[in-house]
Amino acid sequence: MKTKVLAIDDSRTIRDLLRMSIEAAGFEFFDAVDGVDGIARYNEVKPDVVITDINMPNLDGFGVIDGIRTGTENQNVPILVLTTESAVTLKKRAREAGATGWIVKPFEDESLITVLKRVAGA
Amino acid sequence: MSAPNTIRDTFFEECDELLEALTDGLSELEDGTATDDTVHAIFRAVHSIKGGAGAFSMDAIVAFAHAFETVLDLLREGKIVLDSGLLAVLQHSSDHLNNLVEDGRSGTNRADSGTTSILASLETYLGDTVKAGIDDQSDDFGFEAITFSLDEPIVTEEPGRTTFEIEFTPTADLLKNGHEPELLLDALADLGTVSVRVETASVPDLRKLDWQNLYLSWHLALETTADEDQIREVFEFVEDLCDLDIAELTKESAVFDIPTDADADLETDDTDTLPVQETKPRAAAPAKKTLRVDLDRVDRLVNVVGELIINQARISQLIDEAEISSSSGLPSELEAYQNLAREIQEGVMSIRAQPIKPLFQRMSRVVRETMMASNKKVRLLTDGEGTEIDKTVIERIADPLTHMIRNAVDHGIEPSEKRVAAGKDATGNIRLTATHRSGHVIISISDDGAGLNRAKILETAMSKGLVPQDAELSNSEIDNLLFLPGFSTAVEVSDLSGRGVGMDVVKNAITSLGGRMSITSAPGKGSTFSIVLPLTLAVLDGMIVQVADQTMVIPISSVLETIRPTVRDLDAIGTKNWMLRIRGLNVPIFDVATQLGLRAQPIDYKDQVLLLVEAEGLGQFALAVDDLSDQRQVVIKGLDGNYGAIPGISAATILGDGKIALILDPDTLTMSAKPGVHSPHMTTPKGEALHAASA
Repeated sequence: MKTKVLAIDDSRTIRDLLRMSIEAAGFEFFDAVDGVDGIARYNEVKPDVVITDINMPNLDGFGVIDGIRTGTENQNVPILVLTTESAVTLKKRAREAGATGWIVKPFEDESLITVLKRVAGA
Repeated sequence: MSAPNTIRDTFFEECDELLEALTDGLSELEDGTATDDTVHAIFRAVHSIKGGAGAFSMDAIVAFAHAFETVLDLLREGKIVLDSGLLAVLQHSSDHLNNLVEDGRSGTNRADSGTTSILASLETYLGDTVKAGIDDQSDDFGFEAITFSLDEPIVTEEPGRTTFEIEFTPTADLLKNGHEPELLLDALADLGTVSVRVETASVPDLRKLDWQNLYLSWHLALETTADEDQIREVFEFVEDLCDLDIAELTKESAVFDIPTDADADLETDDTDTLPVQETKPRAAAPAKKTLRVDLDRVDRLVNVVGELIINQARISQLIDEAEISSSSGLPSELEAYQNLAREIQEGVMSIRAQPIKPLFQRMSRVVRETMMASNKKVRLLTDGEGTEIDKTVIERIADPLTHMIRNAVDHGIEPSEKRVAAGKDATGNIRLTATHRSGHVIISISDDGAGLNRAKILETAMSKGLVPQDAELSNSEIDNLLFLPGFSTAVEVSDLSGRGVGMDVVKNAITSLGGRMSITSAPGKGSTFSIVLPLTLAVLDGMIVQVADQTMVIPISSVLETIRPTVRDLDAIGTKNWMLRIRGLNVPIFDVATQLGLRAQPIDYKDQVLLLVEAEGLGQFALAVDDLSDQRQVVIKGLDGNYGAIPGISAATILGDGKIALILDPDTLTMSAKPGVHSPHMTTPKGEALHAASA
């Protein structure tokens, strides 16, 4: 069975880019448009790994991590946050919030997949 | 990430939405209607643009958006306070970001030159607080502190394999953060040959075991060609979730020889009984469900629906001719068919309709830019932003509207001193509104400036030979001189309006869309320019008329009234020209057949039907046609591609009987017979008569 990746980002551009890279690498791709949608999709899709943006309407990335880590099945799922290099404190905050790792935007396909494999196996 | 063009397109579409959200948010800040989420939404918009731009290596956007976002972040965290100065900088930045995105889209770099000064104004807000903040951030950058143990040699002298001894002791949070130690060990194994010894001494009695905790630690020996940095990279995500010690060893010291599956006995059991909480997210707006469709597909559909309307008209006519009795039920079914066809058509048209809001937002940018260049204070008020118009119409009125807004700032609004002297607010107002009215969209641009300087306009027109020296013109006729080719109102051509575009070009652009323009102005109170546009470019409600044995269509929108004149309604002026007397007004009559060259002489007007029309701003006149036959919707088929522009004819259509009919353009119809004269009222004796009659 293919590894399922759920990407949560309010930017259509970023979702499309993620989809392109992730599907090309042989993963199964799901997406959600904001934090609330993300949690709903999480419960529905039961992904093997989650990628989430931080700045999103309705519920931000920290909220997503918190929601998954405290309120769902398989709460130890790997969660990667999408971040920009500028936001250095985000990495620490994200880790404190329970993120597994991070992907720095803009990302290279190869490093994205390497990171995915590192946290999710496959 | 190599991104194909479709994603690039998505990015720019998304940019448009984000820029709109940005503009909205800034307006809310300006009006004081901002909520807690406003600054966050503004921040997200800029942040998302930056994120997307990074993927396409649009460095100019990334760099600028970064500075912009940093200031917004400070605002969002309450580290700086919003005042009018900051708001201006934010608006200016928003405009600039807009320009940069435009550059990105078109592959130009026109806006780059402006970046430095705007960046400088943004940077004034990145005062000491932020610099301190940035330093704090690097302190918080926890994993840096343990990145390098410099007492260890990093570079190996021999290029071959080195052995590292690695002590890896996870903290309790490692599993909670979604890490899987096995994957880390696998990643190490990818770097070379790994020997593992697992330390299980801390594993408690099963009954006390917390499934979320990891009680193990590992001693590893890795024989590899990789260097220490590469090893640390494997542990990048867990650096402060573990104690990590990496030391380089000589080959002989590698002594571990323990199978790697020692951690396999730590199968965590997920089926425990911890209470599962329901997540209760904050009240969320449901995501707007949209479907993106290629415009070509919509246009094909619009065309097919056009054919359907023609086909329906044809069937109606055939059934009519067949004289089928109404008891057959056919007429009522036909009516239902007509209604359905109309509904389909309206539905299809609504796909092409878009709110005018983004265009209005662009105009607030235009106002700000023009204001800055002209040193005036102007406020743009908008109304009816939700009004929807055909996408093509929106695209094609952008330039004319820009020009009119520039004019309004540049010529309409007076300098602050003059305004104050006239007892007005130092800041001028320009009101931009859009409304729907009976199948049309009306866009008006009003300023509360000095109004048109009619004496000067008339003087200019006379000096340029556009009107005879002795012409006596009504106020509205003088105002309409602005639309004459070759007329430029600016006494000194200023930097802004003097772009080689006159109001005539603006008017032509509107006319080519099937729209009309008008001006009203009151001295000292300001001017209003109105544009009346069709909702769609594909269909119009037409009056079917007979002209010299030909069937023609005249847009109902331009017909004010139809009149079957009696002798008493007609007055002869000279030998050839006639006037229609209607409610105390005398209006000139034009015979459509003669104007189009279908007949040498007008036939007796009293046997004809007169259509009272109003060419926008030029006053009323009557068009004489032989008869009226019907009133119906017609599908517009452009002629331009085949015949070029023909004065008096705007397009053609196919009627129910399959015949082609020309669609008349009343505004240009009167022009064709009198070369060089734009109005039927201006230089003819009738003009004076009209003036006298209406005075």
